[in-house]
Amino acid sequence: MSFIRDLQKVLRQNIREYGMFIALFLIMAIFTATTKGIFISPRNISNLLNQTGYIAVLAVGMTLVIVIRHIDLSVGFLAGFLGAIAAIALVSWHLPVFIVIPLVMGLGVIAGCITAFPVAQLGIPSFVASLAGWLIYRGAILLVTLKTGTIIISDKAFNAIGNGYIPDFPGLNFLPELHKLTLLLGLVAIVLFILNEINSRKNKMAYNFEVLSPGMFALKLIFMSVLVALITWVLAGYNGLSWTVVIVLLVVGIYHFVTTQTVLGRHIYAMGGNPEAAQLSGINVKRIIYVVFGSMGMLSALSGVLFASRLQSATTTAGTLFELDAIAAAYVGGVSAAGGIGKVTGSIIGALVMLSLTSGMNLMTIDISLQYIVRGAVLVAAVIFDVATRTSGK
Amino acid sequence: MDTPILEMKDITKEFPGVKALSNVSFRVAENEIHCLVGENGAGKSTLMKVLSGVYPHGSYTGEILFNGVPQKFSSIRDSEKAGIAIIYQELALVAEMTVYENIFLGNEVKKGLRIDWNETIKRAGDVLKKVRLNVNPATRVKDLGVGKQQLVEIAKALSKDVKLLILDEPTAALNEDDSENLLNLLRELKQQGVTSILISHKLKEVIEIADTVTVLRDGKTISTLDAKKGEVSESILIKNMVGREINNIYPKREKKEFGEIVLEVRNWNAYNPVLGRTILRGVNFNVRRGEIVGIAGLMGSGRTELALSIFGNPIGYQIQGEIFVKNSRKHFGHPSDAIHSGVAYVTEDRKGNGLVLIQDVKQNITLANLREISNRMVVDENLEVKVANEYKSSLNIKTPTVEQIVVKLSGGNQQKVSVAKWLFVKPDVLILDEPTRGIDVGAKFEIYTIMNRLVSQGMSIIMISSELTEILGMSDRVYIVSAGRIAGELPIEEATQEKIMQMATN
Repeated sequence: MSFIRDLQKVLRQNIREYGMFIALFLIMAIFTATTKGIFISPRNISNLLNQTGYIAVLAVGMTLVIVIRHIDLSVGFLAGFLGAIAAIALVSWHLPVFIVIPLVMGLGVIAGCITAFPVAQLGIPSFVASLAGWLIYRGAILLVTLKTGTIIISDKAFNAIGNGYIPDFPGLNFLPELHKLTLLLGLVAIVLFILNEINSRKNKMAYNFEVLSPGMFALKLIFMSVLVALITWVLAGYNGLSWTVVIVLLVVGIYHFVTTQTVLGRHIYAMGGNPEAAQLSGINVKRIIYVVFGSMGMLSALSGVLFASRLQSATTTAGTLFELDAIAAAYVGGVSAAGGIGKVTGSIIGALVMLSLTSGMNLMTIDISLQYIVRGAVLVAAVIFDVATRTSGK
Repeated sequence: MDTPILEMKDITKEFPGVKALSNVSFRVAENEIHCLVGENGAGKSTLMKVLSGVYPHGSYTGEILFNGVPQKFSSIRDSEKAGIAIIYQELALVAEMTVYENIFLGNEVKKGLRIDWNETIKRAGDVLKKVRLNVNPATRVKDLGVGKQQLVEIAKALSKDVKLLILDEPTAALNEDDSENLLNLLRELKQQGVTSILISHKLKEVIEIADTVTVLRDGKTISTLDAKKGEVSESILIKNMVGREINNIYPKREKKEFGEIVLEVRNWNAYNPVLGRTILRGVNFNVRRGEIVGIAGLMGSGRTELALSIFGNPIGYQIQGEIFVKNSRKHFGHPSDAIHSGVAYVTEDRKGNGLVLIQDVKQNITLANLREISNRMVVDENLEVKVANEYKSSLNIKTPTVEQIVVKLSGGNQQKVSVAKWLFVKPDVLILDEPTRGIDVGAKFEIYTIMNRLVSQGMSIIMISSELTEILGMSDRVYIVSAGRIAGELPIEEATQEKIMQMATN
């Protein structure tokens, strides 16, 4: 009986964190039912994840921007512009991919710092500063594609980023339907996760801190392992892991680590929670603004690369409304507009929720007009849930 | 005896855990200038908020008679309708609007649905003449000095046909000429039949202008003094204001041994570009190892500004002067510089700029010194919990776990978290700004005990406080700040409440 009580307690304490997962599961279950299983098919899930990629990386960056009580509206067209620059660098300048990508990401950092400059130095609202960027990059896209119009990219390596999958072991004949390397990576991930959890539990026990009861701990391990195994299995059924998913996982991994484990992450959240207190605690608040906007610019560049690669071309309208999708994903994922609260993992779930809605409703051939209305309703419902659980919270 | 225009009888107002006013009686005669004086926290502002309806009828007990009629104001609108206007220290003008727009804001002159601007401007001109303010009504308020802005506020009140004008420390931000002007205006208004209540810390001007003075202390009416009978003098006022006993809520320190000078500030001047005035002038002070130095002074005298300007100047004052830490000259361009040199500052406003309320106890404690618990910039969260638990037990912070978010703690425990945060940077000099504001007596005693322990371990403490008894009970030496200057320095043996109050109100 104590097991059930433990479970209830853990669920109650973490309702906010698990709420998003539960919502995602519900949405997926509903669409699976209404589409007679097409939604959950490996092909559709794989597509869904690849489509989420370029919004997901933006949502990660936007999370931090909103956490420090700012906003960046310029990211959509900045992504489109830098995607176009990448295309030009590949097609006209004939630069290799391994130079082009760092180059545009570097440009992205610079662009982010330019947006941050008036915000940090002059106290201009970021809404205005980034709205100016929105206009400027919109114009810049048109400018660089003025003569060519849409730029077709033929570089195979570049296009693989948005469309390709990681290679499989050659010459293995068992399980012909499945992608073996993906399965192996999934297994490695599960093992690493379990080892890490056990290690951290041991560490806590060495300090005599409270830890989950053994039953709860085992349940958590089993649950997460099964979840990873399921996702791996589904993906392995259709070409395996795509490069997009690998990139998103890397970005999320790095940002999750930085925000939760490092001094920089602490400073960012403290500044979001109370800027005056952060400054009086010796934190260089201006530097944090540059770092967060610079990272946002870098991720915009990455988003632009993912999108251009997916379309195998740079178009004149690339990046339209990306910023609003990213902001919506962050809010659905539990970021607070009041600052100081929000996780990058939450925003990724938020992005998945929004994209699942689009994908599922497309499969059900629901008209685009209704799709917008449903997504709007989900956005506001998610935020209401968030605020309600927060005020009653802990 | 004159007929009273206002009578407040048996007013009692309680806040959770504090009795701000207990059975206060306050009587203002028609056509007089009545001054209300008392220490910070004596209840003056609370009493005026009860009167003006900021605290609505029902949230206090007692009776208010205005012109002999019982009143039940439930908002400022009600009291304004009755003819009472209150002007706060922080002016309630819209800086970007013109003088005439401000004067008739919320009370617009209408012709049908439209605002009659011509009539508005004409009436604004009339009422500006009444307050002797010679400016174009179309001037934007932000282009006027503070003194003139104050007159605009008064004009706004007069435009509503006010009978009783309340001014809350109107001269605190004014220079001498502007103050004199204002006082003259009050006298003139008296001739025209307007009664005024003036809250002021400046006893000289109180003596100069008051017909009657009411003294409040600790939420009680202490005395009502009549100037015509010669009852109003500086010594009587001070005696009435401070007459509190120092009881034994201050723990004794066993041994007092002072070492070398740890922090010294010389010729310190600061100019606030936003307010456009000099806020600190020629300040010199020092603190020795193992010493508690008290900094006394009234609210707005520049104590907090002094602390902030030393602690890395986060607000961006223009500063001249020198700081020495352990005899070496320092320049603090950012709070982090001050922290690295061993200076820590516990703010007076723990909720506003002290704590990150949505974060938990441990995160707040380690925030100013995360490097200490980090390995190559990666925070060791287990070590963090351990550190936080050590402070939890040594400062007796009452919280179920160090993972509790700070907003859920009581004021006293929040203050301890604030102190813990700054102890964790291991400073040589700890500046405590109003260390016991808004916390209960038990928690106060604990904070005092912690302070004594710290200085006996060799730390130096600068304690800024509005509570004179606290200054006298805890300090080894006292500086008195008045109008941005050090008005005096007293060894604790010579310091008395009267002396300090005299220096502070000069």
